[in-house]
Amino acid sequence: MHRTGELYGQFETLEQQKESAALGMWVFLSTEVLFFGGLFMTYTLNRHYYGTAFGVGSNTLDLKLGGLNTVILILSSLTMAMSVWASHVGKRRQTTSFLVATLVLGTAFLGVKVIEYKQKFDHHLVPGYHFQIDYRAQHPAPNDDPKEIEAEKEELSKAFAKDPDLNAHAQLYFSLYFGMTGLHALHMIVGAGMLVWLIRQSMLGRFTPTYNTPVEMIGLYWHFVDIVWIYLFPLLYLIDRHR
Amino acid sequence: MSEHIVSPKVYIGIFLSLMVLTAATVAAAYVNLGPFNIVIALAIASVKATLVVLYFMHARYSPKRTHMVIIAAVFWLAIMLALTLSDYVTRDRDMAANTQITTMLRT
Repeated sequence: MHRTGELYGQFETLEQQKESAALGMWVFLSTEVLFFGGLFMTYTLNRHYYGTAFGVGSNTLDLKLGGLNTVILILSSLTMAMSVWASHVGKRRQTTSFLVATLVLGTAFLGVKVIEYKQKFDHHLVPGYHFQIDYRAQHPAPNDDPKEIEAEKEELSKAFAKDPDLNAHAQLYFSLYFGMTGLHALHMIVGAGMLVWLIRQSMLGRFTPTYNTPVEMIGLYWHFVDIVWIYLFPLLYLIDRHR
Repeated sequence: MSEHIVSPKVYIGIFLSLMVLTAATVAAAYVNLGPFNIVIALAIASVKATLVVLYFMHARYSPKRTHMVIIAAVFWLAIMLALTLSDYVTRDRDMAANTQITTMLRT
């Protein structure tokens, strides 16, 4: 048996039934706000104490890739919203296509994230025994721009003068970078799994103008994950860009 | 059904606004405004988040019950941030004062 949008006994009207689903989803999302909130709190405190190290860490991130990912994710929110619209007006094929587009964009986001993580491993910027904030400045790759490396060396020497424990404090930045983007990516993976299910259901023609609650609810989740990134992007990528 | 269907035009308009605001936040980060850099970054992010909540997530067309949950979520987050920060940002000064007192007592 699958649900087709019939009225359940505990509700008076279909509208009330739908609003209850949305209310439940919002309550879940408010717990998610506090779940991520703990990390944002930790971030705020550490940035307050170790601003120099956070600025240095932020400048090692690839702004082009981060910006690209922001565009990809907001675009995926648009396609998700469009799929909710298509299901409301009964355009089944478009509902499916927009869901597939959302899944493709979400996967592209995760792919870019993999490239970014790989760079951090290559540059010894993963917290732990081998962490070395000036590794890239000391061991430039043959295709690195010498001017960029010089600028980085200068920035690092200034930062070390301000904060002798820069290497330790930069690890705090990168712990939070991996923790926050990792938890965000985990939410994306869960969202992608739900999208696969939605696409299957949509292809079977389960969603009609009277029954599209799953599309709307997973849509709410997807937009929430987008909002988390809207805050993560400036907080992680855009500290002290004006050096 | 009194359900509100948001038209694709609205969605595309919101998407374009979000793109413009993303460009603005990157541009603002390259200007040295001292402590105001973070204020501007958070203000732009909050405008973007509000647009997503109101239109993509249909909060604008949702019943008051839903509004209450959204406001509660923001309020709880504000409690956590405000109370924790009111401890930490006043602690440095206390610690400095304590060290001074200890030094005074020693001499």
